[in-house]
Amino acid sequence: MGGARKFMAKIMEEPRKAFITGNEAVTWGALAAGAEIMFGYPITPQNEVMHYWTRLAPQYGKGFLQTEDELSAGFTVCGAVQGGKKAFTATAGPGNVLMQEPFGMAEAMRLPLFAVIQQRGGPSSGTVVYSQQEVTLTTFGGNGEGHRIVYSTASHQEIYDYTIKGFNTAWKYRFPTFLLGDGYQAKMREPLEMYNPEDRGIKMIETYPLIGLPGHIGDNREPQHLCNIYSLEEELYEVVMKVSAEYEKISPEIVEYEEKECENADIIILTHGVVSRAADDAVKALRAQGIKAGYFRPITLRPFPQKQLREAIAKSGAKKLLIAESAYGQLDRLTKQEIYGETIKIENLFMPGVGIIDYDIINKIKSIL
Amino acid sequence: MGMIAPVTPKSWYLPSKPHKFCPGCGHGIVLKALGETIDELEIQDKVVFGCDIGCSLLAWNFFACDSTQTHHGRTTPVMVGIKRSRPELVTIGYMGDGGGYSIGSQHLLNSAVRNEKITLILVNNTNYGMTGGQMAPTTLPGQKTETSPYGRDPELTGYPTKGPEFIAELTPASAYVARATVAKYKQLKRFLRNALRNQMEGNGFSFVEVLSTCPTNWRTNAQQTWNFLEEEMEPYFPIGELKSPFGKGDK
Repeated sequence: MGGARKFMAKIMEEPRKAFITGNEAVTWGALAAGAEIMFGYPITPQNEVMHYWTRLAPQYGKGFLQTEDELSAGFTVCGAVQGGKKAFTATAGPGNVLMQEPFGMAEAMRLPLFAVIQQRGGPSSGTVVYSQQEVTLTTFGGNGEGHRIVYSTASHQEIYDYTIKGFNTAWKYRFPTFLLGDGYQAKMREPLEMYNPEDRGIKMIETYPLIGLPGHIGDNREPQHLCNIYSLEEELYEVVMKVSAEYEKISPEIVEYEEKECENADIIILTHGVVSRAADDAVKALRAQGIKAGYFRPITLRPFPQKQLREAIAKSGAKKLLIAESAYGQLDRLTKQEIYGETIKIENLFMPGVGIIDYDIINKIKSIL
Repeated sequence: MGMIAPVTPKSWYLPSKPHKFCPGCGHGIVLKALGETIDELEIQDKVVFGCDIGCSLLAWNFFACDSTQTHHGRTTPVMVGIKRSRPELVTIGYMGDGGGYSIGSQHLLNSAVRNEKITLILVNNTNYGMTGGQMAPTTLPGQKTETSPYGRDPELTGYPTKGPEFIAELTPASAYVARATVAKYKQLKRFLRNALRNQMEGNGFSFVEVLSTCPTNWRTNAQQTWNFLEEEMEPYFPIGELKSPFGKGDK
């Protein structure tokens, strides 16, 4: 452990440039965030998160368990965080489907679960490559109300930054928190700067146990009874309404977005995740050609920056909103429910399971303007 | 008018008593034996009690021990997650035959193979009680349930799962595997004690199946209930220690 700490200090004491895959960036981000144990099950394209973690974890005295399936990976994380440990998992596609069960428990019991989702093609086994088809599942999966926090990253720097932030968000607010990446981000190499969060003024939230508390029951503490099923409609209603109110209250603090060139635009391009890089390039190219395009990107898909998007639409004077995504309308549906009542015309570029480049967006815009 | 209150284990949570199990249900006996064992081992402060969904969910606030309620079949991985991250705690997973042998069987099997240092107690009453008496993996051949109304036909649905037998095959010698019955209280307590000791000593996986009663869904009176337990269940599900690091098995 002493040796591990020394190693940690050596690596992280000063910021370090690296050229690594997104999965490796997740692992380093988790280490920097002080994650203590990972539970995982193999599925492409997230495997290397486990590969790097299993190589690095022993050097830092951290734990790992390869579970029998994703149900188990999710539920072991639920157990470990109840024990007060900073635990996480990573999955994709059908694994994300299975994990909706433990993610639902984390929602219901307000467990600070953190999971990295590297989207692959769907439905079903789909492809192992890439998509943005796990938006609906990650934001609103399960038999609940979508009381989750979902960060959609667009670069390796963001993967690193939001892995650190994701743990803090989960433990601060106790809503299950997700980093939504994809196969491209998982497998590509890209430069980024790694750092120790404290050196950037980021205070890591102290973890605490919900069970296995210190002290003597009946002497100086009460037993903890964590409930997850209710006998009466009214009991459940009160719990869900309370949680909903808390979620709505904290949402303005959590919402993050990125906006460019929306002050004066004829069309706003709305994208998330890695596709927003194509949108960014497209806006620059279109502006150079005299076409007034703007850029809006929700970083948090849950909660959604709906107020900020409405404001961007209002101030831009744009007549059209182009929603481009590597899915058949998942961001589109999410956006429409969030900005209900806006009269801006919505156009679509749906490319399920394949990448989108600036050229695709530019062509689409030229065809609709 | 005085009432004589029965002696209750110190580790019981009295505000939740009297408990909510049906009259004649065996859960109360198992949980009394477990409570007394927790007291005797003086582990009340270290226990994390996790209960499954099914009738076992009613035990969520049964003990004055830290307790957590999970999903149907998922108590085992939750206990594994707690134990792996907090090895100093004594984790007890409590489940029924449906949760353990059917929907959660992959967790049971794999945690046994990994020799996880947890204690699981599985109450076998040959049916899904909470959902209204459907056929379980442990339903006996010919036994009528809501989903085997003409009696379980092994040709169609196989033979009853013998849990401790298969777990004994999967585990190393440091595991503890036993089958008890609510009809033999002292033996039940001894088995539970061994199952907890085995975890506390860091030996390995500890599993106790307990044969229990369900007069509500069996639609039996007191005498028929006890007869079914002793005359029908016990011959099919033999009582005893199948594997014990504490010496020769007690048959």
